[in-house]
Amino acid sequence: MTETRPIRVLVAKPGLDGHDRGAKVIARALRDAGMEVIYTGIRQTPEMIVEAAIQEDVDAILMSILSGAHMAIFPRVMELLKENTVDDVLVAAGGILPDEDITAIKELGIKGCFGPGTSMEEIITFVRQNVQADRLAAEV
Amino acid sequence: MVTLIENESPVARRHLAELHQHTGRAQIIGVTGAPGAGKSTLVTHLVRELRRRDHKIGVVAVDPSSPFTGGAILGDRIRMMELAGDPQVFIRSMASRGNLGGLSASTRDVVHAMDAAGYDPIIIETVGTGQAEVEVMRTAQTVLVVCAPGMGDEVQAIKAGILEIADIFVVSKADRAGSDQTVAELAMMLSLDPARRLHDKTKSYWKIPVLKTSALKDQGLSELADAIQEHQVYLTESGMRTHRAHRQVRSEIETLILHAVANALKREVNTDEWQRLVEDITTRERDPYSVASELEQRIGLF
Repeated sequence: MTETRPIRVLVAKPGLDGHDRGAKVIARALRDAGMEVIYTGIRQTPEMIVEAAIQEDVDAILMSILSGAHMAIFPRVMELLKENTVDDVLVAAGGILPDEDITAIKELGIKGCFGPGTSMEEIITFVRQNVQADRLAAEV
Repeated sequence: MVTLIENESPVARRHLAELHQHTGRAQIIGVTGAPGAGKSTLVTHLVRELRRRDHKIGVVAVDPSSPFTGGAILGDRIRMMELAGDPQVFIRSMASRGNLGGLSASTRDVVHAMDAAGYDPIIIETVGTGQAEVEVMRTAQTVLVVCAPGMGDEVQAIKAGILEIADIFVVSKADRAGSDQTVAELAMMLSLDPARRLHDKTKSYWKIPVLKTSALKDQGLSELADAIQEHQVYLTESGMRTHRAHRQVRSEIETLILHAVANALKREVNTDEWQRLVEDITTRERDPYSVASELEQRIGLF
C-alpha cells in the first residue's frame, strides 16, 4: 500500500533571488519520476514554505537558493517546522552552497545538499529512498 | 486527514462516515474553465474579496496527473501566493490521479472534511477543462465557468457540455481586447436557452449572469461575490438546493461503489496476470469481452 502512494514534494524558492529555472527543471524531473510536485513559485518566506508544507502534507521539501542567503533562511525554516511539530518531512537544499556551509546546513537537520552539476537521478533516488525509509519507520 | 482521504485509506472512510453529521453547512463553489482561462487568478482574487467579508475559506485546487508516470506538477499555489500567511485560508492542491471529470476521485471527500472543519465557503478549482469535464457540478452548488476573451467563435458557445453547467459565467481578463465580444456571444447563447424563453413566470428562475472581471485592474470581484450570494439565496428559495443535493448524493454513492469495484479488481488480479491477459487478447487468443465476464464473476459481480 505505502509504496504505491505517490510521493508529494514541495519545491520552493525562498528569498529574493528570482532564478527558478533550476527549480522548475527539478520539479519536472520529479514529476516524470511519478511524484506529485507542488511548486510554490519564487520569493517565498520561510513562513510561506512551512505553511504550504503543512497544508499540502508533503513528504519532502526541496529548497533552492542561488543568492547566498541560505544561512539566514534555512535555520528559520527548520525552526518553524519544529515550532509546528512537523517532524516527518524530509528537507533538502540545492543551489550555490559553499562547502564550508554544508556541514552547518546538515547540522540543522537538512539531509541533502545538492550543488550545480548534480544529476537528476541522484536527487530522485535521494528523495525516493529517504521518503520510503521515513514511511516504513512511521508504520512500525 | 486530507492525506488519508486522498490515499483512500480505509481509516478515512470510517472518519468520513462520522463527519457526515457535521457536513452540509458550507457553500461549495466550483470554478472551471479552459487551461489558462484564469481560474487560479480568479480564485485568488475571489478569496481576497471573501476574506474582506470575513469568511474562513477552504480551497481545493486540482491539477492533472501524468497518464504515463502518475506524476504531477501542482502549480496553483503560485498564483495564490498572496493568500499565504492567512490562517483563515486553507489551500490544498490535489493531483487528478487518473480521474477524467476535472476533479480527482477524492476531491468530494476532501471538501466534506473541510466542511466539517468549519470552512465556508469552499472553492473547488478544477483542472483546465475542455468541453466535457462537468463533474464539478456533482460536487459544487454554484458553478462558475471562466472564459477568457478570444477563445472561439459563436459555434463554441452553442456546444453542449461545459457551457451548460454554468450558474455564473465569468469573462476574465476584461482588460484585454475582445472581452465585450465574448460577453455578447455568451449572452446570445443564453438568450437561446429554451428554459429562459419558456419559463413559468410564477416560479423563481435563475437568470445566468455573465460577469466581467479583471484581476489586473481588480475589477468585478465584488459583483462576482454578490452574484454567488444571490445564487445561493436562489438555491434555497427555489428548492433547487435540495434537488441538487439529492442528485449529488446519488452520484456520490455510485462513485463509492465504482471505486470499491476498481479496488476489488486491483486486489484480485496481480500485475503478472494482467500481463498474461493483455498478451492473450492482443494476440487474438482470447477476446476482451469474455475476459471481462470472467473477472466480473471472480470479484463477485453477477
